[in-house]
Amino acid sequence: MQGSGSLRPIVIPGEAVGGPGLKPGPGTFSENGEIFAAQLGVRTERDGCVSIIPLSGRYIPQRGDAVVGEIVDLGPSHWLVNINSPYPAPLHATESPWRVEFGDTSRYLKVGDAILCHVLSVDEIKRVQLTMAGPDAGRLQGGMLIEISPTKVPRVIGKQGSMVSMIKDLTGCQIYVGQNGRIWLDGEDLPTAIAARAIRLIEERAQAHGLTEAVRDLIERSLREQGGPKDRPRE
Amino acid sequence: MEDIEHIEKEVKLIDAAGRRMDGRKFDELRPIRIEAGVLRRADGSAYIEWGGNRVLAAVYGPREAHPRHLQDPARALVQCRYNMAPFSVSDRKRPGPDRRSVEISKVISEAFSAVVFKEQFPRTSVDIFIEVLQADAGTRCAGLTAASVALADAGVPMRDLVTSCASGKIEGIVCLDLNKDEDNFGDADCPMAVVPRTGEIVLLQMDGHLSYDEFQKVMDLSIGAAHRIYDMQRDALRRRYSVTLEDILKDAPRSAPSREPTPPEPVPSDFDLGPEGI
Repeated sequence: MQGSGSLRPIVIPGEAVGGPGLKPGPGTFSENGEIFAAQLGVRTERDGCVSIIPLSGRYIPQRGDAVVGEIVDLGPSHWLVNINSPYPAPLHATESPWRVEFGDTSRYLKVGDAILCHVLSVDEIKRVQLTMAGPDAGRLQGGMLIEISPTKVPRVIGKQGSMVSMIKDLTGCQIYVGQNGRIWLDGEDLPTAIAARAIRLIEERAQAHGLTEAVRDLIERSLREQGGPKDRPRE
Repeated sequence: MEDIEHIEKEVKLIDAAGRRMDGRKFDELRPIRIEAGVLRRADGSAYIEWGGNRVLAAVYGPREAHPRHLQDPARALVQCRYNMAPFSVSDRKRPGPDRRSVEISKVISEAFSAVVFKEQFPRTSVDIFIEVLQADAGTRCAGLTAASVALADAGVPMRDLVTSCASGKIEGIVCLDLNKDEDNFGDADCPMAVVPRTGEIVLLQMDGHLSYDEFQKVMDLSIGAAHRIYDMQRDALRRRYSVTLEDILKDAPRSAPSREPTPPEPVPSDFDLGPEGI
């Protein structure tokens, strides 16, 4: 399978992806002992469990996800956050890092602010609660925000964060990847632009092999051509 | 004086050799071309050309259902809007929903309700939009076939693609996929939609009269054609997502944005702003 030009077979909803002896994982369903794909995606098999990595789709919140949200509404004791999912996500004042007086929410976060937060809980009818507890969470200031398809987030992060840490190392940018497909980047202007371009490349070509090398190549070439952070006097 | 009694009043829909007006045999489809992912803003989209039909389908969602009272706490809604452009038919069609398009929207949304995994997305709605740009009989089948591709393109989990095709009777002969003249001057038209993997029928309508035997033939023709269309749908989806590494390296942006943005050229004071310039 490995090698240039090869590509992973794409499965289409309704396609048989496994027989008896295998377990249906995410993106699949079983009928009469056979397993079928439920989504358009790439088939993977691990520990006797077949699953489909979807190529498109909306972000469905899960407990513990780190997400980048935008404040869309204020309540006396909560903020309503758009996390790019079909479900509205409230952030309660007690889940924020500040001691918020009742009715004083606007002092801390205003409509339009971007925050990094985590999904505290999701119940069976998909009621979502957010929390800003945790070392990374907080209001995002400066930097730039880009949005990609949520299904491409695992590729941007890479195995154990290999892809995103490579981009961080090469460009010297600070990057937070939200599970909802919003990515916050901060750093010097040019490396940030290059990092954003690299992430766009990953999004476009997520299902291809040898992506890490293509991304490394893009960043190194761009930095060379434009004069990267290494050639510049550091202040 | 001309013998007006013996002028042929009806159009001859099938000739002696069994060929139809457009040269097809009784079991032949019109040429079909499907393309997936043609719209940027929609979550999923598809475009189909089916004979003279041109139909665009877009899918949004699952997204928050509005108005809120329509939300179902247990499952997603599947909503559909079938709409014909005013220029899609030979006379101008009065824009907006009418009795016919409301009915078609309803039956199509019910057809998709049967295959979408609605329980995975409580309180949301999956919205399907079908816009007929050019109509030539069989638009609901074309629309449904395109919408099914759009739904898969949007990544909505479903049991299988839905495939649709119509058959009917012209001059007493059961034929597949009627075109506009055959539909207008024929005896019956029977659109249906099937789930090819299981053979379930999720849409079945009939205009005109068919005997039991004719109906059996119509079913056989449509289901046979549905499997051929199914392959075209799958092919359209595969084409959309097939890229090789060569494509990546070829299309990869050669360089990042230039470091110094070129300053906009200053406008000379005597610059002619044209008739609108103040």
